[in-house]
Amino acid sequence: MSERVRRLEESARRIRKYALDMGEVQGQGYIGQALGVADVLAVVYGDQLRFRAHDPEWEGRDRFLLSIGHYAIALYAALAEAGVLDVAELETYGCDNSRLPMSGMASCTPGMEISGGSLGHGLGVATGMALGLRYRGSGARVFTLLSDGELDEGSTWEAALACAHHGLSNVTAVVDVNALQADGPTAGVLRTEPLVDKWKAFGWRALRVDGNDVAALVAAFDELAEPGEKPAVLLCDTRVGRGVPFFETRPKAHFMPVEEHEWQLAREALEVPA
Amino acid sequence: MSTPTKRLTTSAMIASFADEGQRTAKAPFGQALVRLARERTDVVGLSADLAKYTDMHVFRDAFPERFFQMGMAEQVMLGAAAGLAEVGLVPFASTYSVFATRRAYDFLCLDIAEPSLNVNVVGALPGLTTGYGPSHQATEDLAILRGMPNLTIVDPCDSVDIEQAVPALAATPGPTYMRLLRGNVPTVLDEYDYTFELGKAALLRPGRDVLMISTGLMTMRALQAAQRLERDHIDVAVLHTPTIKPFDTAAVLRETAGDRLVVTLENHSVVGGLAESVASCLAFAGRGRRIVPVALPDEFLAAGALPTLHDRYGLSVDAVTARVRAEL
Repeated sequence: MSERVRRLEESARRIRKYALDMGEVQGQGYIGQALGVADVLAVVYGDQLRFRAHDPEWEGRDRFLLSIGHYAIALYAALAEAGVLDVAELETYGCDNSRLPMSGMASCTPGMEISGGSLGHGLGVATGMALGLRYRGSGARVFTLLSDGELDEGSTWEAALACAHHGLSNVTAVVDVNALQADGPTAGVLRTEPLVDKWKAFGWRALRVDGNDVAALVAAFDELAEPGEKPAVLLCDTRVGRGVPFFETRPKAHFMPVEEHEWQLAREALEVPA
Repeated sequence: MSTPTKRLTTSAMIASFADEGQRTAKAPFGQALVRLARERTDVVGLSADLAKYTDMHVFRDAFPERFFQMGMAEQVMLGAAAGLAEVGLVPFASTYSVFATRRAYDFLCLDIAEPSLNVNVVGALPGLTTGYGPSHQATEDLAILRGMPNLTIVDPCDSVDIEQAVPALAATPGPTYMRLLRGNVPTVLDEYDYTFELGKAALLRPGRDVLMISTGLMTMRALQAAQRLERDHIDVAVLHTPTIKPFDTAAVLRETAGDRLVVTLENHSVVGGLAESVASCLAFAGRGRRIVPVALPDEFLAAGALPTLHDRYGLSVDAVTARVRAEL
């Protein structure tokens, strides 16, 4: 295993631990998704994104738009791992007057670019940012993290059309395909497959990887970072609760309730090599 | 043999409310935006497949590299406008009012208004300015948008208002919504000692008997009605309120202090627009006043020719004049 991959896997493990620490403060939440998407965020923040941890507003930064605002717990963990947030601040998660509200709000948190949560917004805003950065001659890239459930929203596809039409090769969409949404499995709520074919038909460069395989993620992001004329999408198949076996099999996983005694068990599970 | 009379038709897509022989300016919004863009390189334009019908084509043709066509997709147009503003540009995004408000509300609200970005949304065909029926008549756009925090709302009267509003909107840091009068737009306010000032009402003429508080194109109707009523020795004051939000409550409270008949005039539903802005302004100040609202009824309107519809729904000068006489 390369040093690069080993380092990012360690980073992902810490992101999971931070998410569990925050989850314990509230006793429940989008824990399963945070664990599932931790490897993706570790690679994005630890390997792909250009930013300055101590200057989150740096004009030359790559933008990372959390379209799925309810995944804020995952992004806070990644921002702490990246040094944008102080790890100690994570204790305030979701508490009154905290800079870390349960759903992502741009006005509160350093490194949070948009207030997502009303789904289907991230890719549209990314479209404008990418147009604006290109117009200004900036080489910065725009990443946005969507979920597969979010693909139900027609506005996502409006933006997909616009990105391709305008040849926005500075846009990278990352879709967390965990096959689960609020009312149940995605396949039963509203079928969105075949995803690679759909994005390609919309004029995108599309790759699909195991979103919990850091080596595969690194290779895929590297491939999509190569210069091109099309926007790029990385479809990441992730497992809800990844890293904590008794979470991975939990039936009520979308907004996961966790017993008090389970938090420490979960943290210990993270220490066991997969 | 009877003389054939001219049949009034809908002509919906190019409908004009200018009176025959009235002085007009062509595409004042597009022209003003081009003038502004010559001074400010950060001004950009977006359209959702309606550039030609919102006078945005004037900007598109002058600054093609700064114009972004988003297709018939208002949600991504407003989302993209937010993204452009996030990276330091000043977007003007135009479409029909119905689509900006009814269809893309969540995007205007969360992407633009919540972060208070300098995005300027320009909505054509506000109120009853097309005979095309409810799909295109934004009779409730002010009602929809007045509840949105951070948003500035402007309802200009004529080409003078529009030309002066465009640079003012760009100079305002937060988001704005301007109701657009497009095509050949009447030029009226240059005959008055008037300058558009964001957030301010302007007393265009004094009058002892009646106070008309008007916005948008109804200000020109108010001025015409005032001239006619003058012949009957009815002295009418006209207070033009081109900014609906923030509303110039100080001017309204000052002008309504006497016992003149108060008439509000708006090209909008009687629900949630100017009439209710004035009513709440008075009530919140502890003032009880009767208000005569000249406004569109709380119903989906008919399709047809604009002059017919303005007469039917009470917005024509004839209808306004008759209403005031009846109420005095």
